[in-house]
Amino acid sequence: MPQPKTLFDKIWDAHVIAPQGEGTYLIYIDLHLIHEVTTPQAFEGLKLAGRKVRRPDKTMAVADHNIPTTNRSAGVNGIIEPDSKIQVELLEKNVKEFGVPYFPITSLDQGIVHVIGPEQGLSQPGMTIVCGDSHTATHGAMGALAFGIGTSEVEHVLATQTLIQAPAQNMLIDVNGALGAGVSPKDVILAIIAKIGTAGGTGHVFEYAGSTFRDMSMEGRMTVCNMSIEAGARAGLVAPDEKTVAYVKGRPFAPKGAAWEQAEAYWRTLPSDPGSKFDKEAHLAAADIAPHVTWGTNPEQAAPVTGRVPDPAQIDDPLKRAAVERALQYMQLAPNTLLTDVPVQRVFIGSCTNSRIEDLRAAAAIAKGRKVADGVTALVVPGSGHVKHQAEEEGLDRIFVEAGFQWRDAGCSMCMSMNDDKAMNGERVATTSNRNFEGRQGKNAKSHLMGPAMAAAAAITGHLSDVRQMG
Amino acid sequence: MDKFTTLSGVAAPLPIHNLDTDKIFPAIYLKTIKRTGLAQFLFQEIRFRPDGSENPDFVLNQAPYRKAQILIGAENFGCGSSREHAPWALLDYGIRCVIAPSFADIFYNNCFKNGILPIKVPKEIADELMEDAKKGANAVMTIDLEAQTISRPDGEKVHFEVDAFRKHCLLNGLDDIGLTEQKETDIGAYEQKAQMQRPWQFGMTQKGA
Repeated sequence: MPQPKTLFDKIWDAHVIAPQGEGTYLIYIDLHLIHEVTTPQAFEGLKLAGRKVRRPDKTMAVADHNIPTTNRSAGVNGIIEPDSKIQVELLEKNVKEFGVPYFPITSLDQGIVHVIGPEQGLSQPGMTIVCGDSHTATHGAMGALAFGIGTSEVEHVLATQTLIQAPAQNMLIDVNGALGAGVSPKDVILAIIAKIGTAGGTGHVFEYAGSTFRDMSMEGRMTVCNMSIEAGARAGLVAPDEKTVAYVKGRPFAPKGAAWEQAEAYWRTLPSDPGSKFDKEAHLAAADIAPHVTWGTNPEQAAPVTGRVPDPAQIDDPLKRAAVERALQYMQLAPNTLLTDVPVQRVFIGSCTNSRIEDLRAAAAIAKGRKVADGVTALVVPGSGHVKHQAEEEGLDRIFVEAGFQWRDAGCSMCMSMNDDKAMNGERVATTSNRNFEGRQGKNAKSHLMGPAMAAAAAITGHLSDVRQMG
Repeated sequence: MDKFTTLSGVAAPLPIHNLDTDKIFPAIYLKTIKRTGLAQFLFQEIRFRPDGSENPDFVLNQAPYRKAQILIGAENFGCGSSREHAPWALLDYGIRCVIAPSFADIFYNNCFKNGILPIKVPKEIADELMEDAKKGANAVMTIDLEAQTISRPDGEKVHFEVDAFRKHCLLNGLDDIGLTEQKETDIGAYEQKAQMQRPWQFGMTQKGA
C-alpha cells in the first residue's frame, strides 16, 4: 500500500523539478500573478542582468494596490498622486517590454489580483500559484497551492518559472456543522485565528476540511483561505469538489473541450487520501462560532461581538498581558467595555477578503431601506470590474447609495490605504479587510475586522453591532 | 548580494511580539520603485514622533544602538505582509542579522535574499540575548555563520541552526537566479513532461489559447 498523501503532498510532489540539497527543492510554478507594488525592483533586476520573462504565458499582470477608486475611466491619467502614477505607468511599461498579459485599469477585467484569478478561471485546482502578496493563499480555495513571495522571489519566478522551497508541514483545520444565522465565512476564519494564534500555522500549509467548508460557497472558501497568512500559514487549501469544478467551468481562461475533460479528471485525483497524516490539527464546531469582531491590533485579538473588551488584569501570563495592554492603549479601549458599545466613524466593505458579489449582497441586505448613521463615512469597494458590474445589474449599488454608502471602483483601497482611501485623524474603522495592524488603514487608525453584513450593520448603527439583532 | 561571514556589533533589543512588516515598513512608502535608500522609512511610526522628530524612547534612537547591526526580536518577528521593503529598509539602516525565537515564513525567506541572516534560537536563549542586548555598548555580539555560533558579550558561544543551502548562498553572496539557471536542463525536461500531463496549463494566460 502506498503511503496516503494529502492534497498538499500531491501538489508538491507533482511540482518538484530537482532536489536542491539539504531539504530544499526547486519547484515549478504554474501561474504567476503580478501587480504594480512588488514588481518594479524585480523587473529592474531582470533588465540589469539582461534576463527575459521565461513564461509570459504563465504570467498575468494587473494594477490594484495603488490606484484610486474614483475617476477610473480616465485611466492612468486619472491617477493624481505622482508616485502612484509612476508605479502604475512603470508596470504598464514593463509588461509591454517583457510581453506579459495585462488587464488595464480601465478594463472590466481589472480588479484585486486575488479576486480576478478565480473570477477569470486562471486559478485552477492542483496548480502552484504565486504572487508578491501575502494574501495569495486566497487561491487555495480552488484547491491550488498558492502562496505569497517577496520581490526577489518574484524576480526568480519571472526569470526561471521556478522557486527554491522547503516543503511545508501539513495542518488540518477541521470544522464541522452548519453555521448559525448571521454567521459568515469571515467569522469562521476569525474564530480559527483566535483559537490557534497568529503564528499557529507557521511552517505549515492548512487544509480546511469538514462539512462546514464542504457546504460553503466557493467565495466563502476564498474568504477563509485568504486569511491563512494571518494565522502564520503561507497557504491554505480546500480540496476540489463538485462546487470547484462547476465554478471553474466556462470562465474565460478555463480549459475548454478535450482539455477540460483531461483537467477535470486530474482535479478529481487531488483530494487527500483517506488516512492521510497531518503534522498538526485544530478542530472547531461551527455551532460554537458567533459573529466575530477584532478588538486589538492583530487578527488573533478577536472575540464574539456579544463579548467584552478583555481585561489585562485577568491575564496571568505577563507577556500576553503586556500585549493586550499595548493593544488596548493603541485602540483606546477600556477593559470590559461591551463590544457593541464601541462607536465607529468609518466603514470599509471591500478587499481581497470580502469584496465579491456574495459579500456585497450580504452587506446590501442589511443596508436596504436604512441609512448610514450620522458622522459615519462608509465605502463599498467591489473586488473587480465584473463584481461591480454584476452588483449594478442586481441594483445593489442603488441600495448602497440610497443608504448613504459611497460606491467605488475596484481596487485594494482601504485595506492598506496606499491610495487616497484612508481613515483620517485616528478614526475607528469597521472593516471587512484582513489586517488590523497599527496604522494600517491610516495614521492612528483603529481597525476592527469583521464580515460584510456586520460592517454594514456598524455603518447603520454607528457602533459595532450584532448583525443578528438587525432583523 | 553582499556575503555574510562574520559580524561583530552592538545588538539592539526590540521586545515586540508579532512585529509586523507594516510596522517595519509602512504601506504608504510602498510607492517606491527602488530597493535602496529606504532606511528613512524604517519603523517610522515608532521611531519618529508626529512632528517628525526622533522618539527618544525607541531603541535605535538611543546612543549605543544607533549603529546597531544586530536586532534581538520577539516571537513571530516579521509577520504580515510579504513586502521585501522590510528587509531592504533594515539592510539600508545597517542591520545584517536578526535573532528571534520565531519568524514569520515570508520575512525569514526574504532576509536570506538580501544578505541578512535571520537566526532562530530557543525562547530561553532569546530571552538571555535580549538581556545581553539591554546592556547597550557592552552588548557586542559576534556572529560566525561558518561555525554557526553567536558569541555573547561574556564570551559564551551559542550554537544555532541554519539550512545548509541558504548558508552556502549567504557565505558566498550567491545570486539564486544564477544558480537556478544552471539547472536549465532539469527545468526544460520538467516542462516537457508537465506539458504532456497538464497541457491546459501551458499558454494559459493567452486568452483563447
